[in-house]
Amino acid sequence: MDQKNLKFTNDHEWIRVDGTVATIGVSDYAQKELGDVVYIELPQVGDTFSKGDACSNIESVKAVNDIYTPLSGEITEVNESLEDKPESINQSPYEDGWIFKIRIDNSEELDDLMSSDKYEEYLKGI
Amino acid sequence: MKKTKFNKAHYALKGKMVDFFGWDLPVQYSGLTSEHIAVRTNGGIFDVSHMGEIFVEGEKALDAVQFITSNNVKKLKPGKIHYTALPTENGCFVDDMLVYMISDKEFLLVVNAANLEKDFKWITEKLKRFNVNITNKSDEYSQVAIQGPLAEKLLSKFTDEDLTSLKYYTFIFGKVNGISSIISRTGYTGEDGFEVYFRSGEEEATELFLKLAEEGEKTGILPAGLGARDTLRLEAKMSLYGNDIDDSHTILEADLGWILKLKKGDFIGRDALLKQKEEGIKRKLVGFEMVGRGIARHGYPVFIDNREFSTVTSGTFAPWLKKAIGLTYMPADNCEADTIFQIGIRGKRVDAKVVETPFYKRK
Repeated sequence: MDQKNLKFTNDHEWIRVDGTVATIGVSDYAQKELGDVVYIELPQVGDTFSKGDACSNIESVKAVNDIYTPLSGEITEVNESLEDKPESINQSPYEDGWIFKIRIDNSEELDDLMSSDKYEEYLKGI
Repeated sequence: MKKTKFNKAHYALKGKMVDFFGWDLPVQYSGLTSEHIAVRTNGGIFDVSHMGEIFVEGEKALDAVQFITSNNVKKLKPGKIHYTALPTENGCFVDDMLVYMISDKEFLLVVNAANLEKDFKWITEKLKRFNVNITNKSDEYSQVAIQGPLAEKLLSKFTDEDLTSLKYYTFIFGKVNGISSIISRTGYTGEDGFEVYFRSGEEEATELFLKLAEEGEKTGILPAGLGARDTLRLEAKMSLYGNDIDDSHTILEADLGWILKLKKGDFIGRDALLKQKEEGIKRKLVGFEMVGRGIARHGYPVFIDNREFSTVTSGTFAPWLKKAIGLTYMPADNCEADTIFQIGIRGKRVDAKVVETPFYKRK
């Protein structure tokens, strides 16, 4: 996966836009910060969320972390393979570790996201 | 924030530092899981200097320690250690601690960092009539724990003392990397291992920690942080003050009857505990594992027949056992192994079952 085509949030989610659907995951930086992921609670297909809602949980051995949807819309698909292999989030955050897909309700929300370059800059400031 | 004498070593080893009850300590270095697995298979090196060291000295030191603790100090001999409670009048916990018998006139009490001031005040107050000297030397002492099946081999490279003959829960005075130390065969991980106490400057301490890490690496022994310390102790079902034991649950309820010696004579909390022993306990600390999907965490509600009974006292994903485990108080008549109950995880009720403990026992 070429990270250059992804967009990012301050909360370290990545977004890949394919037409009207966006795929969401967590960045490489985020998975390193989380440590070994041992459990994930996925949203349900058909659920609708507003931008900024907590829609999923990722747990490492010690901590529970909410995943916030960066876009409003309806969940169209979730990565069920993570239920058996949550470690994919660590091993392949941008490919096998994708978490859910959401139908984009409001494309203007995309303007709030950072480009890959901008995200790299943002990480340097952390 | 308070710094231990090993502080520079943690930064050199790229520890991820956190504020632990006012101490700047590493929660992990390479990663919690890898550190946990390393301790079970090879070994780990922990900075536990934040622990409190209180010395009780005087003609009546033995009687004094006997009066404030639940275990029988008369069973100790110089060079021996035991685990015990510092009970309240109600038979609950002011703290839990280790008692080191240096002689019948000198004892070392090793207490929790978070309770140090409270303990010192309590002990001083309760021991007035014994005319003993009570000194808090916590700021002077550093403590490093070397834990795991290869701990003896590693530590032997730094001392001339014969560690093979040092039995579990005993200690000796000896030099470690040239520093006069108390070498104690104890730990909080469920593995064989040592805890080494010493007074030195920062430089010697840093050198020791880094040397241990460097030498340890050759046999897969890793520096390990507070994160692994907590998951290791929970797999071994060792209690954590503030989670599993506190000043509102008694020693009997905490399932620590083995550190309660009611026949030893008078001590603080004895009357309450004797009464409770006769009447029987209503609740008991038990181990559980998750049956449904989810990880129980400290503070999550526990439901029995749709009624909230208690909360999870400790809960985690256990890296060695690879399952979600925890501890909670259950009704004493409803805590047989395999009893099913529910834990509230973010609004959902998820099944858990009572299991035998410890969850993990070394071979």
